[in-house]
This record gives sequence, structure tokens and C-alpha cells, in this order.
Amino acid sequence: MGRTLNDISLEVNLSGVTLKNPVIPASGCFGYGYVMAPYYDLDELGAFSFKGTTLEPRYGNPLPRIAETPAGMINSVGLMNPGIDGVINNELPKMRKVYHGPVLANISGFSIDEYRECCRRITGQTQVEIIELNVSCPNVHGGGMAFGTSSDNIAAVTRAVKEVTDLPVYVKLSPNVTDIVAMAKAAEDAGADGLVCANTFLGMRIDLRTKRPVVANVMGGFSGPAVFPMALRMVYPVSRAVNIPVIGCGGVSSAEDVIEMMLAGAKAVEVGTANLIDPMACHNIINDLPEVMRKYNIPELANINENN
Amino acid sequence: MKFKILENRPINGTTYLLRLQGDTSTLTRPGQFVNISVPGFLLRRPISVADYKDGEMLLVYEVVGHGTERMAEFRPGDEMDILSGLGNGFDPEVRAKHPLLIGGGIGVAPLYGLAKALLERGVQPVAVLGYNNKEKVVMDDMFRDLGIRTLVATMDGSVGTKGFATDAIREAGITDGDYFYACGPMPMLKALGKNFPLPGELSLDVRRGCGFGASAGCAIKTTNGFAGVCKAGPVFKKDVVLWDEL
Repeated sequence: MGRTLNDISLEVNLSGVTLKNPVIPASGCFGYGYVMAPYYDLDELGAFSFKGTTLEPRYGNPLPRIAETPAGMINSVGLMNPGIDGVINNELPKMRKVYHGPVLANISGFSIDEYRECCRRITGQTQVEIIELNVSCPNVHGGGMAFGTSSDNIAAVTRAVKEVTDLPVYVKLSPNVTDIVAMAKAAEDAGADGLVCANTFLGMRIDLRTKRPVVANVMGGFSGPAVFPMALRMVYPVSRAVNIPVIGCGGVSSAEDVIEMMLAGAKAVEVGTANLIDPMACHNIINDLPEVMRKYNIPELANINENN
Repeated sequence: MKFKILENRPINGTTYLLRLQGDTSTLTRPGQFVNISVPGFLLRRPISVADYKDGEMLLVYEVVGHGTERMAEFRPGDEMDILSGLGNGFDPEVRAKHPLLIGGGIGVAPLYGLAKALLERGVQPVAVLGYNNKEKVVMDDMFRDLGIRTLVATMDGSVGTKGFATDAIREAGITDGDYFYACGPMPMLKALGKNFPLPGELSLDVRRGCGFGASAGCAIKTTNGFAGVCKAGPVFKKDVVLWDEL
């Protein structure tokens, strides 16, 4: 084809929000952005999703909260965050000094009212262009996961949130369900503007020396390169079953992984654990994308599946 | 950042001394740490810096699991992928006259660079080093070579005072200590943080996600709210940590 870099387009669109590229650091692996500013210019990013935020401040689960697995990790952080007002008053102003692009506001809750109130308060905040409804955190008892594992709950919380915000609402699905397509359709039918597929997989490790689970909360969310094939196989049927954009998320660590996710049907891609291993991960992925696109003869990411 | 290995050799049955060549410009204080990528493992290994100078750093690490076992296989000339200059470190400018350096096990390592920093400021610290037993004693000779008073305690009494580091302080009759710096296992730090009568600062060791404040994996409760041990720490002033919540 002999295309030059100039012919190549990385731009994608999510419900009217233009992203200069499809790379979005995933919630919980990028803080509120500014913590990563020492490493590269954050305005290189397509967007980013901030740390899962609840109505009230939360410390989360006891330590230790981290375990390692072959090619992956388990976290049981449990939605540590300063609360929605702390985010609005302290975190977003710090973020705005170093990042000027679109933000996905990852909102969690323990009741429909809490989700609704958080979404109401975050709506209208500069740069917050998409609500990412976290119905799938595996680390909070009877909370997020309960919503994400019942199609009725997903529908109810999506509808409730849509009433209080005019921002596009993307529902971040749990992979820990028997039929993720059913959850995806429930969200779409309830008015979701998009989906994120998916959150972490439940996992655990036991320390042979102590004979106890490594993380104090016993189980946690399993992520990293190890889960990439499992996330991919969920993005594929989900994106075919719905007519709203799907953001692929799970184990993405390279430009090749981004393209694979998009070939499976994702319109954009979240990168989580890779940021924790290498703070430059998203910078490197974005830099590598044009080269990989040329190699595989992909001129535009936005319509990657139309020419195949 | 790439660092070249100059030396990686055992200094007792389970502990290795690792000397690295590379850019140390992001290190500003003793007690900071680096996060090391180990081939075959996803998460980096956080190791405190024992000493550094322009272009060279010294790490002392204990082999306790598969990751550090693999680290012990590194050979001189090999390159390591390291995130350097992480964490806040000890404050050697507190102007104490007689600071105590209280180390437990491999936790003695960052106190070595701190001892040198204090000596450079004309402050003569006393090193109090506690270990489980004779086989675990490490770096005591390096502290002595700095010309500072060095007390050793072992839990089984096989070397020095039998008992904790604090027992060695009592046995030596040291009463003029006016500040302390500590690093060691969490039970020791908790005991010091809750009960030791002097003001001081302690370097905490908890399992980390990233090492630079992005994951919230290592956060503790402090008087200033939640604080990542990797970013707000690893060194905390004694009065800042809510010890009962740890």
C-alpha cells in the first residue's frame, strides 16, 4: 500500500465525543490522571477514565490488596476514593492542570440513589464527557457486583442515571456472569449509550508460607495480559449483539492488542494493568499504533471492520 | 530506565548486594526505593536504595520468593529495567543530635545510606540492628566501617543482645537518643510507632501495585487521610500513621 504516517487516522468517536486515538487508561490504574503527568504529556491520550468514585469517601479493603499471578495480578482495593465532592473540589482541578482532553467519570455506588446522586453531581464538570457506570467492581460486598450480575439491576440503575444526566452513559459490565450478552442487551434496552467490556475477573491466590489468601479480602479482581483472550471473547459477541459502541477492556498491553480488540468489535480500548507495570505504557502504545496499522494495512481505526 | 549490573553477590545465606550503574539523578534522599522489572514476572519488585552516588546505586535485598530468586540470577553486565527515585525517603535534616537508626532484618538496608547522609551533616547516629538469628545478620560490618556505634540484637541471642533492637538500646544504656529512624518488618514498626518514646520516622513495607501512586494498592490511613505508601511514603513521621488501623 505504501501509505505514509500522514494517511493514517487514529481518531475514533464515542457517542459524539471525538477521541484523537482509541487509547483510554482504565479506571483504577491511572488515579485522577495527574499522578501520571511526570511520565509523559497526558494530552497524547484519547481519553482517560478516573478512579471509581462513590458518593462518600472510602478507604476500601484491608491490606494486603495486591497479589501476583502468572501474567496477571489480583487487586482487592475496594473502591478507595475521596468521594464525589472530593473529586470535584480537589482531584479534577489538579487534573485540569496537566490534562485537557475528555474524561470518563467512573461512578460506583451501593444503591440506585447513590449512583444517581453521583452522576447528577459530576454532570456539568468541565472535561467530563462520558459517564462510565461501574456496576461491576468485584471488591465491594453486596455492592457493585450485585448490580452487574443481574440484568434487572443493570436496567434499573441505567434508567435511573439517564434521568439525571445528559452525558452519554457507558455501562461497565462484569465478566463474572453466565451470559454477558444478556447483561449488555439489558443495558442497551434501558438506554445505555455504550458499554465497557469488561471489568476484572474474580480470582484468588493462597500463600503457601502463611497458608492464607494473599489478599486480605480473600478474593479480588484478576487483570493483566492473562485475561486478554477472555475479555476479547466477550467483546466479540457483545459488540455484535448491540447497536451501541463497545469499549474493549481487559489485559491490553500493546498496540497489537488494541487492534485485536478493535477487530473484535471495540470502538475504543481501555488499558489498565499495563500502566501499573510501565507508567509509559499508554504513551508507547499510542506511538506504536501507526507503525502497526501500516504493517497490517489498516488506514483508519474508526472503520477498521468495514474494509475486511 | 536501564541500569547495568556491576555486582550481584551474596553477603550472607539469603541476602544479596546489587551494585548498579545508571542515571541516579532522580534519587534525592536516603530511604527512597526503586521498582525492578524481573523477567518472567508481571509486577515489579520494590527494593529500597541502600546507598547511591552519581551514576551508581547500591541495593541489598533478601531472597524470599520466586521474584527475588530470579533477581539473584542476574550477572554483572546484565541490564535491568528499573523505575528509580520513587517515594519520599528519610529526612536527614531534622537536626537531631543523637538519632537512633533502628533496623529489623533486611530493613537495615536503607538506614545505611541514611547513616552516611547524617555523617555528612556532622551528626553521629547509633545503629541498632535486629535480626532473627546469626545467619540473618547482614550489613553490620558496613555500619561499623562508617565509624558509628553499632549494636546488634538477635531474637535467639546467637549474636549480640537477645531480643529486639529496643532491648539492645536498653542493654547498652543509651539514654541520650533524641530521634529515631526505623525500617523493618511491620510488627516491629507497629511496636515502635505505638510505643517508642522518641519522635521519629519509619519506612513502611506493604505490597504495592505500581510504586508510583496509580493503583491505591498500598494505601494506609493517616492523620492526613488515605496515603499511598509508595507515593506519600514509604517513610512516614511517627505521629502521622494511624497505627491501630494498620
